[in-house]
Amino acid sequence: MTQTDVTPASGSERGTSGPILEVSNLTKHFPVRSSGLIRRTIGQVQAVDGVSFQVQRGQSLGLVGESGCGKSTTGRLITRLYDPTSGSMKFDGREIATLNNKQMLPLRSEIQMIFQDPYSSLNPRHTVGTIVGTPLRVHKVVPEKQVLNRVRELLEVVGLNPEHYNRYPNEFSGGQRQRIGIARALALQPKLLVADEPVSALDVSIQAQVVNLLQDVQKEFGIAFLFIAHDLAIVRHFCPEIAVMYLGKIVEIGDRETLYNRPHHPYTQALLSAAPDVKQAAIGGRRDRIRLEGDVPSPINPPSGCRFRTRCWRAEDLCAKVEPPLLQIGKQHKVACHFAGEFDAVGEKPVPSTLAALGVNRAGDKVADATVDVESLDKAGYDDTWTDLAEHRQASAQVAG
Amino acid sequence: MTDNVLSQQQRTTASGSSTETPGTEPYLVVDNLTVKFPTADGVVQAVTDLSYTLEQGSTLGIVGESGSGKSVSSMAIMGLHDYKRTQMSGSIRVGGREILGLTNNQMQSVRGADVAMIFQDPLTALHPFYSIGAQISEAYRAHHDVSKSAARAKAIEMLDRVGIPQARSRVDDYPHQFSGGMRQRAMIAMSLVNDPKLLIADEPTTALDVTVQAQILDLLQELQREFNSAIIIITHDLGVVAEMADDTLVMYGGRCVEHGPTKEILTHPEMPYTWGLLSSVPEVSGDTDARLIPIPGNPPSLLDPPSGCSFHPRCTHRDKVPGDLCRTELPELVPGNRGSHHLKRCHLADPDSIYAAEVLPEIAPDLVDVIIEAREDDTPPAPEGR
Repeated sequence: MTQTDVTPASGSERGTSGPILEVSNLTKHFPVRSSGLIRRTIGQVQAVDGVSFQVQRGQSLGLVGESGCGKSTTGRLITRLYDPTSGSMKFDGREIATLNNKQMLPLRSEIQMIFQDPYSSLNPRHTVGTIVGTPLRVHKVVPEKQVLNRVRELLEVVGLNPEHYNRYPNEFSGGQRQRIGIARALALQPKLLVADEPVSALDVSIQAQVVNLLQDVQKEFGIAFLFIAHDLAIVRHFCPEIAVMYLGKIVEIGDRETLYNRPHHPYTQALLSAAPDVKQAAIGGRRDRIRLEGDVPSPINPPSGCRFRTRCWRAEDLCAKVEPPLLQIGKQHKVACHFAGEFDAVGEKPVPSTLAALGVNRAGDKVADATVDVESLDKAGYDDTWTDLAEHRQASAQVAG
Repeated sequence: MTDNVLSQQQRTTASGSSTETPGTEPYLVVDNLTVKFPTADGVVQAVTDLSYTLEQGSTLGIVGESGSGKSVSSMAIMGLHDYKRTQMSGSIRVGGREILGLTNNQMQSVRGADVAMIFQDPLTALHPFYSIGAQISEAYRAHHDVSKSAARAKAIEMLDRVGIPQARSRVDDYPHQFSGGMRQRAMIAMSLVNDPKLLIADEPTTALDVTVQAQILDLLQELQREFNSAIIIITHDLGVVAEMADDTLVMYGGRCVEHGPTKEILTHPEMPYTWGLLSSVPEVSGDTDARLIPIPGNPPSLLDPPSGCSFHPRCTHRDKVPGDLCRTELPELVPGNRGSHHLKRCHLADPDSIYAAEVLPEIAPDLVDVIIEAREDDTPPAPEGR
């Protein structure tokens, strides 16, 4: 694997510090048009509605959520397969949300994507050599004569036989096809890989092979990952930092230990409790399952206030009136819930933790000035100070250690 | 195949009532089932010598990868294979009645009434042109001589039963107007409308989100308690099996490789393929630094299956078997060291101790003590009531 000349992309032109990707208040609304001749816009599907996060260099951020929560749309916005409605995306310090296609072209080599379905994402009429070689040709990374050599190297990196460049996708199994897709994404030595459900279409025994390959690739080439998946166990395994999305918004984001061991948002708690766990079951332990009623509401007409309130067992009038901000409650932990608290506290309802910050009373009426600048909550990353839930005061990294 | 056409005249009525047979035979008996598909490239042997039984009110989980024969074997119970293009042998008895070899017309009386199926993808399994209510009442009227309005009332009752809100107004909706979870509920309503005694759920939750998956699994368990039906749940997800199934059957390359009570299979797996399945899945509560241990290689081709044990090319423990036994000789499905309830198809002499000593520490380093402890106070099997 190491005899290839695939070297970690050097950050020569632009900075080498700071996050590789910083997304602030990213929004994507798809218009819903009426039928008929004029086709007026009669609504907006709010697929992604004000999402902010950072991906650090060489690190992985996981995006989890149910279908329709906007996680795939977020991935496609970052690769600019969709144009954002508003918001900013800074890649390597450079704003890419407003670039046109021509300006975007040189950057596309640095942001690559791995797709979910290895059957529909490879052209059945092209050989593997053509599929993996095309990015090299388009971006003229290597002279035409060396393309084949490079393709062979890439196939070897992803664990395929390099002599198979002449074959067609249908001659490969699902796991092998996904490896071809990974080789294609690696061809341009990207700095950021958006992996949209990279293993969910594969057999269980093959999933582990591909996850291990992605981890090897990340370690060897220092690629940052935005890892989109609905499988909580895989995301936890792959990503040190994880964001949970619900109906186009991030409801909780934090490092994996905090998020999986002490989730504060009721939706995260429900997701975690619903995931079947073989090894726990094997020893007879079974966690209490939180039963969520109903389905995810339509993103065309999302509920007022907190979007999760229609399925939430903690919801009060306050939740319908005031949208909970994504408040930082720990060193690397943000949550958007008025009644944020650990699962143990389900019995006695925690006191709304956001009231003081927002300057509202429990009925949702404005009573004072907000102590937290709500605008500043849209920004990505973490602050040195945060709101301590237990003591209802501002805490800081120095105090809390 | 002709020797299977034995008991056609056993029952002449088309109703799904009174199929209780005297004697003690379990409701479903699959005996030495073999399914072959002749193709242009040769004969695909999808299922080989599969045998199992299932009592009413209990659940069997069939686990395996794509191509392991888990769906093919259960489609045989539904009689969904094209009789002209499929070679089937062995025996499938539902409520004492042999169904292998029945004609399509005879099968109609079994299908839906005695045995019903829930498919993986409700969007493709439901007809897009007909309303949900029409599809459910059609299934009801196929087995009951009732008026359209009575069937419609039954459809509303069933939709209500599976938890569709405002069933009375949603009954006329079309499948595309339902969400994924509601479509799966509608499918369940349709399959249960004739009170089948055996329900086959083929990956019922794979296409669904986790929170909805939990709802559907709960619903299935609840309905099972209510109707006392037998359930076969086909899945690749050991987590689903762990929560749902009394018995577990692991399939690989068209054969059963391990079969026993679920808790027994999960705590004392004796087949390296089952170990592989357990080790290649990360856990929501596992160790994040532990590397996943995949099963090397790819699933076998059914056109040209490997010699001997079909798992041997991917097995990392085959060198523990003396000689070249794994490659040359197919192991029998026999009881392991833990009693007759636990069947395994493997040449390893003492797989349980290999599992405890080598595999378990790799799979769950942080849980190994707890699991060993739980293993020790295991009293072999009393089918536990849930």
